[in-house]
This record gives sequence, C-alpha cells and structure tokens, in this order.
Amino acid sequence: MSEEPEIVMGLYVPPHPHPLLAPDQNEGWGRLREAYDTCRQRIEESDADLILIYSTTWPSIIGHQIQAHPKPVFTHVDDDFHFLGSMPYEFRMDTEYAESFKDACEERGLQARTVSYDGFPIDTGSIVALKLLNPENRIPACIVSSNVYSNRAEQIVLGKAARDAMAKLGKKAVVVVVASLSNRMFTEHIDPAEDRIHSAKDDEWNQKILEFFADGRLEDISQLSRDIQSQIRVSKVVAYKPAWWMAATMGQHNNYHGEVLAYEALHGAGGAVIQLTPAKGSIGDKEFDEDDVEFYHGDRHVLDKGSL
Amino acid sequence: MAKGEIVLGCLAPHPPHVVYAENPEQNEPFSEGGWEALRWGYNMLARKLKEIEYDCMVILTPHWQTYVGTHFLGLERFQNISVDPIFPNLFRFHHDIKVDVELAEKMCEAASESGIITKMMRNPDFRVDYGTIVSCHMLNPDWDKPVVTISSNRSTHYYSNEVMNEQSIALGEAVRKAIEDSGKKVVLIASHSLSHRHFVTEAPLPEDMSREHIYNHSQYVWDMKVIEMMREGKMKEVIDILPEMIEQTMAEAEGGGLTWMMAAMGMPDYPAEIYGYQSVIGTGNAIAAWDPNAETRAIVM
Ligand SMILES: [Fe+2]
Repeated sequence: MSEEPEIVMGLYVPPHPHPLLAPDQNEGWGRLREAYDTCRQRIEESDADLILIYSTTWPSIIGHQIQAHPKPVFTHVDDDFHFLGSMPYEFRMDTEYAESFKDACEERGLQARTVSYDGFPIDTGSIVALKLLNPENRIPACIVSSNVYSNRAEQIVLGKAARDAMAKLGKKAVVVVVASLSNRMFTEHIDPAEDRIHSAKDDEWNQKILEFFADGRLEDISQLSRDIQSQIRVSKVVAYKPAWWMAATMGQHNNYHGEVLAYEALHGAGGAVIQLTPAKGSIGDKEFDEDDVEFYHGDRHVLDKGSL
Repeated sequence: MAKGEIVLGCLAPHPPHVVYAENPEQNEPFSEGGWEALRWGYNMLARKLKEIEYDCMVILTPHWQTYVGTHFLGLERFQNISVDPIFPNLFRFHHDIKVDVELAEKMCEAASESGIITKMMRNPDFRVDYGTIVSCHMLNPDWDKPVVTISSNRSTHYYSNEVMNEQSIALGEAVRKAIEDSGKKVVLIASHSLSHRHFVTEAPLPEDMSREHIYNHSQYVWDMKVIEMMREGKMKEVIDILPEMIEQTMAEAEGGGLTWMMAAMGMPDYPAEIYGYQSVIGTGNAIAAWDPNAETRAIVM
C-alpha cells in the first residue's frame, strides 16, 4: 500500500448534453465533442484502472452519496434539453472502490453512504462524461455527489478521503470533475448556430480561469473559489465547490501540466474540456509549490545587482 | 361550453417519506409507518377530493427544474420506476401516469401568449419527477384522474425571489385563463414544503419518530406565521412576504408553486383549510387547501 495515490490525470468537463446528443448542431459543441474524444483516447492509452467522477449535477442531502451499483442501466432524459434526445446507458462501477471511499469518508468524520439501486437516476453530467470518456466501460468508474449544504472544509476533506481509498486499493485514477465554468444559460430557447457565452463578463472570467488551468495552477483556482462563485456562478448553491474537491483529490498543489482542449458556449454557459497531468520540475514559479518551506535556500535566478 | 374552473387548490408537500410510510404496493421499500400528522391530514384531504367533481390535476413541482422557460408534460402516458435521488432507500415507486395533453397544450399556449418562455415535453423516455408522484399519490392514491405537470423555472436562482414571484403570478394568470377556456374542472397542486432546511444525517430507522423534529425554532415560527395568515385568508399578504420567508427559511416555495397557485385562484381572501403540519427530516410541511366554494369549505383544524 502506497501513502500517496497515483493520479493519472485530472479532467474538467462540462455537464450539458449537447456534445453527446447534438455535436453537429453547433461548431463549438462539435469541438467540445472532439476534445472529449481526445480525452477518451488518452484514457485508453493510459494505465488508469479507475475513473472517479465528482458531478455538480448530482446534489445530495444526507451527506455524500457514492454510486456503487455494479451495472447501472437506464435511459435518462435531461430536464431542460429533453428535445435533444434520450441517453440510454449501461455503466460498470467499481463497487470495491465505492465502499472503500465511503469508509474513508467516515474515518475522516464525513457522513457518507453508497447507493446501489436499479433505476437510480444518475445525473445528466455524469452520464455525458462517462458515455464520452469511457464508452466501452473498459475502466470501472465511481461517481460521488455534491452535497447541497457542504462548504470548503467538507469538500476538501471529501477529496482527501477519495485519495485515501485510492491509496489503500492501489488505484491509478482518472479524476473527473463535471462542471461548467460560468453557469448562466440563456433563459430562452436559441438557434443552436447562435450560441455564445452569456456575457462578456462571464467570458473574461472564464478566460482567466482557463489561463490558470493551462498553467497547471489547480490549487490557485481552488483558492479563488469564492471569487469565482460570486462573479460568474448563479446562486443555485452556496459555493463553487468542484475546484476545492478537485484540488484536494489531486494533491493540493500547482504542479501539473495543463491543457485546455476546448472552451465553448453551451446554451450560454461556459463549457471547457481541460486536462491536468501531474508534472515534475516547475517548482518555484507558482504559489504553494516552494521547493522547501522549512529552510531558506535563497531565491533562484536573482540578479547580481538590485535595481538602481 | 361551460366556462372551466379551478375547484380546489392544494398545498401538498412531497417528502417521499409519507409515501414510504404508507406502504403502497407501488413502492418497493417497506416501512413501519411514521409522519402520521401529515399522512392522516393527507388522507382527510384525499377523502374530500373524492367528493369533488373534477377532470384533472395540474401540479407545479420544484423537482422538475428548468432554466430555459417553463415546460409542460406533453405525452399521454408515463410508465416507469421513480427512484428518489436523495432518499433512494425510501422511494422506488412504480407508476403509470395519465396526462391531459389537451389541457397541457392549452396552458402552454396561454403562457406563451402572455410572454412566458414555454416548451412542451414530448420525449417518451422522460421520467416524471418524484414531487409530482408523491403529491398526486397522497391526494389520489387510486390514480384515476389525469394530471399535468408544470416545471419549476429557476428564476429565484437566476434573478431573485421577487422575480420568481412576478413570473409565477403571470404563469398563474395564464393557467387560469387556459382552464376557463377549456371548460374543465381542475384541481391545482403546489407541491412543496414551507421551511426547507434538512438534517444531513438520517436515523438508522428513518421512520423512528423519536428522532424527528424541526431543524430549528426560527423555521417553526415562520411556518406558523404563514399558516396563521392562510387561516385568516391573507394570501395576497403571504405572497408579498414570501421572498423574505424564502430568504430566511430556504422555503421550497422558491420553486414558484404557491405563488402560481394563488395567482391562478385570484389571491384567495377566504380561510384555507389546514389539514396538517409536521417536520420531515427537519423541513416544515403543511397540507392546506383553498376551496372557492363557501358551502363546502370547512374548518378542518
Ligand atoms: Fe422537495
């Protein structure tokens, strides 16, 4: 048993069904689909043996719910975008990991339970992500809910519990967050060809967050969660939680190779497909990644002379 | 054709716990009971409904959440299993729902004409939300009347409680017009709790009533205040203070159900019939009815 789990990669993907059901109706939706397809291929080429999803479209109340049905089968239809079509699914879940994750949550003081019921309504975001990232169910998956009352500390500890279970079982995980960036959609039906980000402000914030992602600064984004919530998230829930959970699950640092594969509007919301791969060698140029915080070795690359 | 009318309006909360506690054959889990104050109130209101002549139930539910307009069920039959996403241990209900599509289309059209963004839901795989199923089952366990579900537009999230009130009033007025034009007798249902803060843990035996109580006293005081105003026939005033109540108690009226129903009924100034009040996992739930017919209107509690 290793202390630190091996995270193969992290993915941040959008929850809306358009890339799955209607990639041809809008060029941007098509580009998101292509980005999803690229991620699918990269997962296939990796040695990952678990896909763990945190979905912002699966709310829970009794603590944190963890999907543990070995083979959930159903046909799902989205509440808003039912006219785009149905989403039949059959997934393969890692029941052993789900149980271990639940135990780890409890050991860390969290209320948690597994759910394993025929016909349980798996949420749109999880279905879209799993169908596009893992269509053949080659790798077993697990999904964890987003508790409506939870806040920063709870999300971070939830991420640590996810790591505990990965380490205990020796899992090599792909960590997936299903969430929009800005999440304000148009409140009327639109011509798909005319989709765009809801406002210039949402777009500018999204672009800034994407810069952070591209630099691999996941922990910095986590630290910015409350600003992001207040600026570009509608008040559906009290906080922008996915960055907290993702950063905690991936190890709470900024040392990733970041790649934004696509950023497009989804009925006005900001949809992005982003990959973060744990990296080595960028120590010292970002926050929270000092090479040594116990002993002062001097700053590197300093000039011989200060400014005159 | 005689003018259609709203024959009763019901505030009908939908915690799946009450269906679970009744042990109907459609629900898979088995319970030892619980939440009697609510269930017996529901049973009493269901008996009253048996005495009333009506064609259809129209329900607005916060568990069909739409951000792009207001949607209406638009197919004649929905057969499926409904598993509660929050309490799957309590609610796995096999249902067979008939829909009055003609009335749904009329309401959708009237709402559209009044400037509301609308959409008919025509996907046969769509799963009807559990709010519809719980409220309708408790009010009509025989399921012998068609229903129409109207989705809850999330204007509270996107704008404010005040905007939600304005939009729900417009929707209510449009629905009333459509019902009048249809010639049908209709029961309206606002499917939701009052105060709505949950406990995030559950007793090992969920129906263990020694563990059930309101989340905090402030929630209780708000619930009692609006129930008192309902008894006094002050529904215009209730709707006016609703934004404040939602802010303070996370009231599930945020979904627009009560405002919509009261607007459709012309903001009743006569006393509501109160059938019961009880907490469910900390939330405050009242069952109430507004009977426009003074001769059949009763003081129940
Ligand atoms: Fe509810």
